[in-house]
Amino acid sequence: MGMTMTQKILANSAGAGAVEPGQFIMADLDLVLGNDVTTPVAIEEFKKMGKAGVFDTKKVAIVPDHFTPNKDIKAAEQCRLIREFAHEMGIENYFEIGEMGIEHALIPEKGLVVAGDVVIGADSHTCTYGALGAFATGVGSTDMAAGMATGKAWFKVPEGIKFILTGRKQKWVSGKDIILHIIGMIGVDGALYKSMEYTGEGISELSMDDRFTIANMAIEAGAKNGIFEVDEKTIAYMEEYSTKQYEIFRADEDAQYSEVYEIDLGKIRPTVAFPHLPENTRTIDEVGDITIDQVVIGSCTNGRLEDLRIAASILKGRKVKKGVRTIIFPATQKIYLDALREGLIEIFIEAGAVVSTPTCGPCLGGHMGILAKGERAISTTNRNFIGRMGHKESEVYLASPAVAAASAITGKISSPEEVL
Amino acid sequence: MLKGKVHKYGDNVDTDVIIPARYLTTTDKKELASHCMADMDADFINRVVPGDIMVAGWNFGCGSSREHAPIAIKASGISCVIAKSFARIFYRNAINIGLPIMECREAAEDIECGDIVSVDMKEGIIINHTKEKEYRAVGFPDFMQKIIDADGLVGYTKKEM
Repeated sequence: MGMTMTQKILANSAGAGAVEPGQFIMADLDLVLGNDVTTPVAIEEFKKMGKAGVFDTKKVAIVPDHFTPNKDIKAAEQCRLIREFAHEMGIENYFEIGEMGIEHALIPEKGLVVAGDVVIGADSHTCTYGALGAFATGVGSTDMAAGMATGKAWFKVPEGIKFILTGRKQKWVSGKDIILHIIGMIGVDGALYKSMEYTGEGISELSMDDRFTIANMAIEAGAKNGIFEVDEKTIAYMEEYSTKQYEIFRADEDAQYSEVYEIDLGKIRPTVAFPHLPENTRTIDEVGDITIDQVVIGSCTNGRLEDLRIAASILKGRKVKKGVRTIIFPATQKIYLDALREGLIEIFIEAGAVVSTPTCGPCLGGHMGILAKGERAISTTNRNFIGRMGHKESEVYLASPAVAAASAITGKISSPEEVL
Repeated sequence: MLKGKVHKYGDNVDTDVIIPARYLTTTDKKELASHCMADMDADFINRVVPGDIMVAGWNFGCGSSREHAPIAIKASGISCVIAKSFARIFYRNAINIGLPIMECREAAEDIECGDIVSVDMKEGIIINHTKEKEYRAVGFPDFMQKIIDADGLVGYTKKEM
C-alpha cells in the first residue's frame, strides 16, 4: 500500500521500510524543543529518568518566549531554571532575550529544521515546521523529557487528509484566511489524530510565510501535523537559512487518505473566526458590525515579515481609530530588524500602534495586552477560546494581518477593501 | 476500581479553561490544581473530592500542549476522565503522566452530573451506579498499555534505557 508524506517520513525515522496507519513506531528525533512554560515541567521529569545528559546537545532547543521578557518574579524563576539547565546540559540552541524570537518563527529562521526531519516540541504549534516538508508535532513536557533523554519518541502512524489546492488567491487573502476557511469547513476536531497534507498547483502561489501560517494551525483542527509538499520555494528557503542536509519525501501515487478535499483558492474570502472556537468562521462579507477595543498583529501564526508588510501597506499614511489599542509583535529579532530597516516600524508608530519586542505574551493572555471584562479584540493569533487573551468574559476574533490592520483603522471588524 | 461522583462538561473543553495560562508560572501540582477549570466552572475546585470522575463530550483537552492541564486535573483529585474523544496531545499527556482516561461515547452521553460511577481500567468497563447501567470503553493498544503499566512514560523510559 502506498504511503502519505507523513507516513514516509515516520517510516524512514523508525528505520522501517513501510508503515501503516495505526501502527506504533519508535522514531529517531532530529530536534526536541521546549519553551519557558513547558520546559520547567520537562526538567523535573528528565531528572526522574536519571540520565546525566541530553541525547545530543545540538538537537535540543529551548526558547524562553511565552512570559518573556520576564513578566513577573515567578516567570523570572522559571526562566532561570531553564537557563541553568541549558547551560548545565551544554544545550547549544538556547536562545536568550536579545537573540530570541517566538519559537516557531525562530527555529526555521535559525535553520534548525529541514525537510524530512522528525521534530517534537512541547508546544502545540510545533506543527508549524510542516511548511518545510518536515514531520513536526506538539507534545507535552514528559514527552519532551523522554525525547531529551533518549532522542526518540513513540508515535501512532496517522491517517492522512489530503488538501489539493488549486487556483489563485484573491487580493488581501493570505495563509490565515485559507487555514481559517479549512478549519471552518472540517471543524476543530476534523483532523483529530490525522495529518493534513497540502498539495496541488495552488501551493506554488503560496509564500513560505503563508505556508508556515497554514501548517501552524493544523492543531486547531485537531491534527497531529500539517505538511506541505516540498517545491522550489521550500528548497530556496532551506538553502538560505540552513546548512542541514534535507531529504524530500513525496506521497506515493497510491497513498491512501481518509478524506480528500479540493480547495479553489480563488473562492476564499478574507475569513474571521468568531468566539470561542476557531471553527466559528464567517467571511468578511458576513461579519456585520463588530466594534473592537484592541488589535493584535503578531504571534507564531502571523508575526513574520510578510505579515508585517501587509499590515504596513494598509496602515501607511493612516491612523488607527482613537481608543483602539493596536499592538504589533514582530516574531523574532531578525524580523524586527528587517521591519525596522524597511521602514515598517515607523509606519506602525506613525499610525498610532505600539511595537513590542518578540513574545507570545498577549496570544495566551500572558502579558503585554490582556483584555478586561467585556472587551473585544481582533487578533492574528491562533485561538479564541474562553479567557484566552484575558478575562473570561472578553472576546477574541481571529483574522489575517490585512483584516486586523483594516479593523484598527475603522475600530470595527473590516475588510481592507473598506479602508483603501 | 475507581469510583466517584461525576462532574460533567460539554464538547471541546480546551486546555485554556482547564488551566488558564496566567497560572502557568509554577510547576507545583497543588497550586495548579487550585485553578483547575477556573474560567469554566470556578466552583469545581470547592466541590471536587478525591476519587471523583470527570465526564465530557468530543475533543476533550483541545488546544495547548500544556501538561499542566492533566496535572491539574489529577492533582484536583479526579480519578478518571471519560470523554467521547480526546484531543491528541491531551490524550498522550494523560497516558504519559498516569492520569486514567477512557474513550466511551455511550457513557459520555448517558452519564449525568452527580451520578456515581465506577471504572475498571483493566477491563474497560464503566458502571453507572445511579442509573444502574454498564458501558464498555475503547481499550488501549498494547503499546500504550505498557506505558500505563509502567505508571507513565518516565517509568517506561527508565525501563527501556
